[in-house]
Amino acid sequence: MSDTDAQGIPEPEGHSQLIETDYEIGQDNIETSVGPFGLDIHNPVFLISGLSIIAFVFYALVLPEQAESFFGWLRPAITSTFDGFFLAAANIFVLFCVFLIFSRFGSVRLGGADATPDYSYIGWFAMLFAAGMGIGLMFYGVSEPMSHFSSSLGGITEEGGARTDWAPLGAAAGNEAEAIRLGMAATVFHWGLHPWAIYAVVALALALFSYNKGLPLTIRSAFYPIFGDRVWGWTGHVIDTLAVFATLFGLATSLGFGATQANAGLNLLFGVPVGPTTEVILITAITSVALISVVRGLDGGVKILSEINMGLAALLLLFVLLVGPTLAILTGFGKSLLAYGEYLPALSNPFARADDNFRQGWTAFYWAWWISWSPFVGMFIARVSRGRSVREFIIAVLLVPSLVCVLWMSVFGGTAIQQFVQDGYTAVKDAPLELKLFEMLKELPLASITSFVGIILVVVFFVTSSDSGSLVIDTITAGGKVDAPVPQRVFWCIFEGAVAIVLLIGGGLSSLQAMVISTGLPFTIVLLLMCWAILRGLQDEVRGT
Amino acid sequence: MYRQIMVPVDLAHEATLAHALAVAADLARHWGASITYVGVTSPVPGTFAHNPGEFARKLAEFATAQGAALGIETRAHPAIAHDPTTEVDDALLRAVDETGADLVVMQSHIPGLVDYVWPSNGGKIAAHARASVMVVRG
Repeated sequence: MSDTDAQGIPEPEGHSQLIETDYEIGQDNIETSVGPFGLDIHNPVFLISGLSIIAFVFYALVLPEQAESFFGWLRPAITSTFDGFFLAAANIFVLFCVFLIFSRFGSVRLGGADATPDYSYIGWFAMLFAAGMGIGLMFYGVSEPMSHFSSSLGGITEEGGARTDWAPLGAAAGNEAEAIRLGMAATVFHWGLHPWAIYAVVALALALFSYNKGLPLTIRSAFYPIFGDRVWGWTGHVIDTLAVFATLFGLATSLGFGATQANAGLNLLFGVPVGPTTEVILITAITSVALISVVRGLDGGVKILSEINMGLAALLLLFVLLVGPTLAILTGFGKSLLAYGEYLPALSNPFARADDNFRQGWTAFYWAWWISWSPFVGMFIARVSRGRSVREFIIAVLLVPSLVCVLWMSVFGGTAIQQFVQDGYTAVKDAPLELKLFEMLKELPLASITSFVGIILVVVFFVTSSDSGSLVIDTITAGGKVDAPVPQRVFWCIFEGAVAIVLLIGGGLSSLQAMVISTGLPFTIVLLLMCWAILRGLQDEVRGT
Repeated sequence: MYRQIMVPVDLAHEATLAHALAVAADLARHWGASITYVGVTSPVPGTFAHNPGEFARKLAEFATAQGAALGIETRAHPAIAHDPTTEVDDALLRAVDETGADLVVMQSHIPGLVDYVWPSNGGKIAAHARASVMVVRG
């Protein structure tokens, strides 16, 4: 079914292997009304997640130093102790996805053998991409290639036998061409196959167990093959609560930091004062737009915004490509791809490496970050992917976004590096993270227009994360029901903005963000189990035909 | 007077529909009209059905049972909405056209404070449908 004729049910859904369980979706839900608002919430996931989020915000506010020192210690401790585990696990996810493309499981269709896709390719891709990466591309598109390029160019420095430089692998001291290659390869590595494989695993698990097995669309369903009917009890409550927790804090802390960054951009462009007032206004504005989007719903709000978002991003990309060093960028795209292929085995190797800072501070950090976001992004991708075959699904979630990321990084990062190498323009290199994009645009024609588009994009990217996140949290806390009353999604959307504002004013953004990233460790184990669950589920589907 | 009556049904909450179902059946008998029961589902598994196929089957069973019990001609018309919470009105409005209904009989709750902010489903259908709309209370 295409977007426009979403009416009637065109044909039977065909073969799929429903899981027989006595659990009835919504059986633990409480349907009640608070004042004039009707509610349909899962007991106890809704209450526990809500209350524990408030408790953690309270902790971060009342004992800021303790919270900061604890989580400030915890996060690097996790990424530097378990770096090998993170790297190895992410490799497994990539290999697993590639295996699925080529295996006989690739032809299994999500939603039954005869199911037809809910969304057209463009709408589908816009939504999964906007939820999955979005905002990071705006900030890291210019800065990360630049960072890896300059640290590689700087070469290796050692102190007491340990590397103190942040260069990937063996660096490329003094060799500009090689430093560009290594820098782009390292950047693409962090934004390419691995993160998307992480999302694909979670999304596939959820889609398979909901659409083909008839279990509720909530994180716990993916664990049915492992825990059986126990997933409807406390085991499942804990899994779902953790997912809500990671999603809400991940979104709220990003929203807080994003507001700070957007504020810096507005200051550079229009002299808007930097401070909590502007930032609170920004968060309120972003939350308000997200609110309109969730109230208008998946098709009327989230999809439309995602498409606008993609359109704007494509325009900006095309503009930089055309007015920037076009030829250098295009050859750079090819070179980045080749360099990525060449360095991929070395960069993804989890063991016996000397580049501690890069591996632990960049790669393991990113992997933990993507993994902590995976319940949210995965569940959202699952929600919009019914009717696709497993092969089509993996290609669209793994390969296409990876290619788009390579292109994006080549255009934005490549232009900034060219400006530095060719023209000796150092403003980008010296600018703080949030301003690098704007410093790069400044050197190109029509800077005031493109920078404004840049700011708008930053804001819209936040809105598209915020609205899809609210829908995901709403579904999880309604026990997998997608028809819960509107006030619930309104509540989560506002709650997320409120947490962001409280943390922004009271402090605690960085400690709670560190906490979210720490949840990447338990979720990595969860994801590994999911791979096994997916295999079990797909085997049943294939056997049944 | 009326030939085609459309009755939107939420079968997960069948108990709340009793009044509207009874009214629609009375009207159908009075005019010799047929009733089409319209159900809106999401593609995601829900309380009532695990997938759209099962939903369509159950809705058809419901329509057949109603027809047999009430002695009237009945049909089922399932519709999909990606996000039923917000899209049910639009799905119902499309169904009015698709079923060619000239009268819609639908159940509504007692209006409260929130209805001033969010119009109820009945309110929106009544405002936008080309057919006559009868909103049944209680």
